[in-house]
Amino acid sequence: MFILIVGCGRVGSSVARTMLSEGHEVSCLDEDPESHTRLEVGLDKGWEDLGGRFTVGTGLETDALLAAGIEEADAFIAATNGDNTNIVISQIAQRRYEVPTVIARILDPLRAEWYQQQGLHTICPTRVAIDMLESAVREGAAREAV
Amino acid sequence: MYIIVVGAGKVGWNLARELLEKNHEVTVIESNRRRYLTVEQELEHNVTYGDASELWVLERAGIQRADLVIAVTGDDEDNMLICQVAREKYEVAQIIARVNNPRNRPHFDLLGVKPSVSATDLILRLLEHEVPEYGLVHLLDLQEEQLEIIEMLLGKDSRVTGRRVGDLAMPEGSLLISVLRDGKGFVPSADTVLEQGDEVLAVLDPGHEEDIKELFGPAVGGNGAG
Repeated sequence: MFILIVGCGRVGSSVARTMLSEGHEVSCLDEDPESHTRLEVGLDKGWEDLGGRFTVGTGLETDALLAAGIEEADAFIAATNGDNTNIVISQIAQRRYEVPTVIARILDPLRAEWYQQQGLHTICPTRVAIDMLESAVREGAAREAV
Repeated sequence: MYIIVVGAGKVGWNLARELLEKNHEVTVIESNRRRYLTVEQELEHNVTYGDASELWVLERAGIQRADLVIAVTGDDEDNMLICQVAREKYEVAQIIARVNNPRNRPHFDLLGVKPSVSATDLILRLLEHEVPEYGLVHLLDLQEEQLEIIEMLLGKDSRVTGRRVGDLAMPEGSLLISVLRDGKGFVPSADTVLEQGDEVLAVLDPGHEEDIKELFGPAVGGNGAG
């Protein structure tokens, strides 16, 4: 599978490394050339030597998306640090380039929920943290009550 | 009308002031605390502090009853998202979005965010009109009446200098209405002979601009200079 990841921060780079090690073709797009360094953390070879691709640019630039291979992508992950950017570029991937699998990371639970209802596959780390915290507190309270 | 303006930069602030003067009910949403405090000194309760890409901030501003949402922040993604949510989630009747980078305009269209306004595009269009290739200046658009009035300066390589007005093959739906020569204007007759340096005014149905350019432009093979 060919996976295009936009936003090469902690989340994007980690997912990129895992997917590459599992034998997928991985292309990363980030506006910061320095983020290439983060990709190689913990690797004993260079990112390109291992078969990975890296493009400098933003997910709103058509040229950058094409250079990163969006037309061939089977999956698109929007993991930049901006919720709105992720929502916009994942809709571009979905509607203009008809990428089969599109996933957007959205930190704001309300926006994540609404766009999920609109047919976007959203992942909300904040929601996950809230749920985990709540159940941890409930478990603690239950133990107390025993 | 109840209007929500997102972004209290120069555009948003001035827009809000104008709309308030026209007796509309206006709420401006600004996410920068310092900017908010500055604008609040003048607009008072008409400005509210918050990040309008958060749905609850929009709801607190009363987006459910808004007739118009105008997103004029300096961030294209924010403007797109706010307008998309306004239209699709809150069913606001009318939206207007500002495009900061004209290259992003196709994205606005893709998300159905229309109309969108780009200052860069507007200035470019003005440039085309003010610094025209063949001295053609757009003077007036009468949209209701479906007419436009244009002005052309006849350069030394214009095809029509030295010709009688009556001999010009003016396209149907266009009319030469006056000639300015040596600082004086007159209404040309069929016998008027056009000269280099004349400024001619024509009224035409929209869409004839290209035909007129062709007719009055430089002879084929000319280098277009002058």
